[in-house]
Amino acid sequence: MTIVDFTPLSSAAGGLIIGLSVVLLMLGIGRIAGISGILGGALGPLSDGDRGWRLYFLVGLVAGGVLYSLVAGPVGPLLKGTEQLVPAMIGAGLVGFGTRMANGCTSGHGICGISRFSARSIVATLSFMLSGAATVFVVRHLV
Amino acid sequence: MKGRDALALSSGILFGIGLALSGMTNPNKVKNFLDFSGTWDPSLAFVMGGALLVATVGFRVVLRRPQPLYAPKFQLPTATDLDARLIAGSMIFGIGWGLSGYCPGPVVTSLSTFSTGAVAVFAALAAGMLAHDLTLGHARRNKTETRDSTASS
Repeated sequence: MTIVDFTPLSSAAGGLIIGLSVVLLMLGIGRIAGISGILGGALGPLSDGDRGWRLYFLVGLVAGGVLYSLVAGPVGPLLKGTEQLVPAMIGAGLVGFGTRMANGCTSGHGICGISRFSARSIVATLSFMLSGAATVFVVRHLV
Repeated sequence: MKGRDALALSSGILFGIGLALSGMTNPNKVKNFLDFSGTWDPSLAFVMGGALLVATVGFRVVLRRPQPLYAPKFQLPTATDLDARLIAGSMIFGIGWGLSGYCPGPVVTSLSTFSTGAVAVFAALAAGMLAHDLTLGHARRNKTETRDSTASS
């Protein structure tokens, strides 16, 4: 094992800001800031019919990226060529399917759920961490 | 703009800035975090640690209030069953996370690059969500119940 590109300060600072964001949403409108739930809810039919706040949150999520890039630099490396794009798209499709099936992703289960000591969220987070690590191991070290 | 919409927008902006600053929008960094036996980047554990620290304390304080600022009630998930859907769905998500290096939030924030790649990955994520909701989604129980805000969480 080699440790690479370790950025503890900016990563912890980003994490603190994400924490503020989820607490703010709970304080303001009493909702869990789970991105898969918010996005899935905004795209599909809703049990509560309340699309408005979800759309505003999603616009903010993009606007936050724009603000960051204006001040600090580009957001993430751009994907180039089919050899990067195809696995990213297949993976993103599985992410969409799986997070809807599990009712949550890194934010809803990993942050909001664990901070409420939800057993479901702890099990979900362990499950996606394990299968994610197994997938990277297979792709990078076996294939 | 209503107060609750302004608040949702502000929360989204903070979340997007946090994702970009933390490195979650860099799929190579995510894959390195998951690569324990190769080139390991422990940074994302610090993202989670920072977010959990604020959320654990913040939720405890906020949920003592009788109600949110702009809504009648707090809405928290009440399901407790560790069922196959939860575990299988999370494992499918993990496979996709390992393949792509993207979880849902960073896919949305990456739209800020206005690049065709980011739009293509977003379309794939949305298609996967709709594919679930149109097939297994009809059996989905409503996991969120409105709870009385005086009850403990």
